Amino acid sequence: MALEFRDVVKRVGAEIYIYPTDLKLEPGGFNILLGTTLSGKTSLIQLMAGLERPTSGEIWFEGRNITTVSVQKRNVSMVHQQFINYPNFSVFENIASPLKVAGLPKVEIRARVGKVAELLKLSPLLDRRPLELSGGQQQRTALARALVKDSDLVLLDEPLANLDYKLREELRDELPRLIKDRGATVVYATSEPEEALLLGGHTACLHEGRITQFGETAEVYRLPQDLISAQVFSDPPINTATVVKHEGVFLLNGTTSWPVGADHEKLADGEYVMAIRPHQVVPANAKTGERMARIEGIVLVSEISGSESVVRFEVEGTTWISQSHGIHPTPVGARAAFEIDTKKCFYFNMDDHRLASAGSMRGGDV
Amino acid sequence: MARKTTNQKAWFLVIPVVLLVAFNAIIPLMTVVNYSFQETFGDNVFFWEGVKWYEQVLRSSRFHDSLLRQIIFTSIILVIEIPLGVAIALAMPKKGIWVSVCLVLMALPLLIPWNVVGAMWNIYALPELGLLGRIINGMGFDYNFTQGPLAAWFTTIMMDVWHWTSLVVLLAYAALSSIPDAYYQAAKIDGATPWAVFRYIQLPKMKRVLTIAILLRFMDSFMIYTEPFVLTGGGPGNTTTFLSIDLVKIALGQFDLGPAAAMSLIYFLIVLLTSWIFYTLMMNNEEK
Repeated sequence: MALEFRDVVKRVGAEIYIYPTDLKLEPGGFNILLGTTLSGKTSLIQLMAGLERPTSGEIWFEGRNITTVSVQKRNVSMVHQQFINYPNFSVFENIASPLKVAGLPKVEIRARVGKVAELLKLSPLLDRRPLELSGGQQQRTALARALVKDSDLVLLDEPLANLDYKLREELRDELPRLIKDRGATVVYATSEPEEALLLGGHTACLHEGRITQFGETAEVYRLPQDLISAQVFSDPPINTATVVKHEGVFLLNGTTSWPVGADHEKLADGEYVMAIRPHQVVPANAKTGERMARIEGIVLVSEISGSESVVRFEVEGTTWISQSHGIHPTPVGARAAFEIDTKKCFYFNMDDHRLASAGSMRGGDV
Repeated sequence: MARKTTNQKAWFLVIPVVLLVAFNAIIPLMTVVNYSFQETFGDNVFFWEGVKWYEQVLRSSRFHDSLLRQIIFTSIILVIEIPLGVAIALAMPKKGIWVSVCLVLMALPLLIPWNVVGAMWNIYALPELGLLGRIINGMGFDYNFTQGPLAAWFTTIMMDVWHWTSLVVLLAYAALSSIPDAYYQAAKIDGATPWAVFRYIQLPKMKRVLTIAILLRFMDSFMIYTEPFVLTGGGPGNTTTFLSIDLVKIALGQFDLGPAAAMSLIYFLIVLLTSWIFYTLMMNNEEK
């Protein structure tokens, strides 16, 4: 059951929430909408649900134009970031509510609620009211309500964002199991690149109302087609700098240089935007090799979290981030040297910020 | 073991509050209690009377009548103002510039001094001069609130509804606007009817605030004095003499300090007890 956006635009007043968008989402696995707040994730989800109508364009589902079909007739279910349950219903009644509205017989309602409750570990809590539950249990109840009916489209709008870290991990691990064997198209909005990678499936990178890239999650991560997709799909933020290609080398800040690899030989000489993920920038001497390029900067912030060290440092007015395994204490304010893994650099055109050359990078571990 | 030093200086910090409460609540209340058990003929000479005044008040048909009028008045007020207030709050715009316009219009009646409200409605409802009076008479009803008990009640109730429904509206509106949009979306997705949205989302979410609104309206309307005093003076006859008006008549009109004091305390206990029972019931219900 594929969901298709055809040239969909959403405008509210003079503001454009969604620029012309074409998108085709397939059932099976997650379709992840990845973007920061205000990137348009929620707008897209509301359009999918039918809570909002597109200003122009069409929405198709299973070969049927559903642009003007109302929410109630679309057979969708949705989980919000806030924990939304009917306050004076018990957990059982909450989960049962969509089935009751659909007019199912009591016996079947009981059986289906029981099954979903089992799956979501809510069985002992069926008599409680939402206010008597923890945040995690409240969101499980909301999830159960979304999963209890056989909806064609399951929309999850940052469902784990309001949960604390432990609960988030726990529920995230369960999610793939919960949506497995459903014929539904599942859409999952998140602002965390890590969550997208963990859930797999397909990912659409969203930025200011535009889908910058859509494809298999791993593929989008491995090979961002433009600078913005690379920035959206990187946490901590990806490092960017202007480099000059000249006579077979890339030159950074006029001091650091490295040979142009086979992938980029054909690029014209000139300026490019280079981007490299923080974990490919490591403290010097932690890793050596001919493909490493050395840069030096003043340390601004140094954070050590058990297994990894994150250092922000400044080179010629630009802030860089280095993320490395192990503990590398770096005094703030001191000068420190880092190494860039030049094989892992992306190069984007100066003018349109598109990927300059894919070459054989496809399939590499970035 | 270190020697424990007790420092009693903290008591000084409590003194202002104690003094304030004493002058503003305890001393006046105890004065009334004092009067309610004694007889005085002035010159600060008191004679102990026991519970005589209480018996007298509780047995007097005059007290029964005012109490009954008071209960009927408050019940009518609550039955009209609470649903009306909720209905207006539901009908008010959720966003845009009209929100502020509506809120200001709603708040206006609350800002008008109570005796002015009484005077306003007095003039407004005059059968010959007032707009309301002329309209009603023009429609063929024989309406004169200074003579007809029914007209007097009608006018008093209209006045209170006009004056105080806004309070319920503002409280209910505040509660409604605190409901996240996601609730309405979830209900839409479930296919809930507008009635179901009201019954299962809006009403439960408004419950606490409505409890407060009902309590406030109960207490205020049960103690209503200024507006009906200015409007009808308790008349025609005694038909709009509510408890407060009656009490003032006894205390200041007849200068029967003993019975008036006893009546004050009975009055106070009725308000206190009813509020407490109501609040406990609502809150217990919530916990279930």
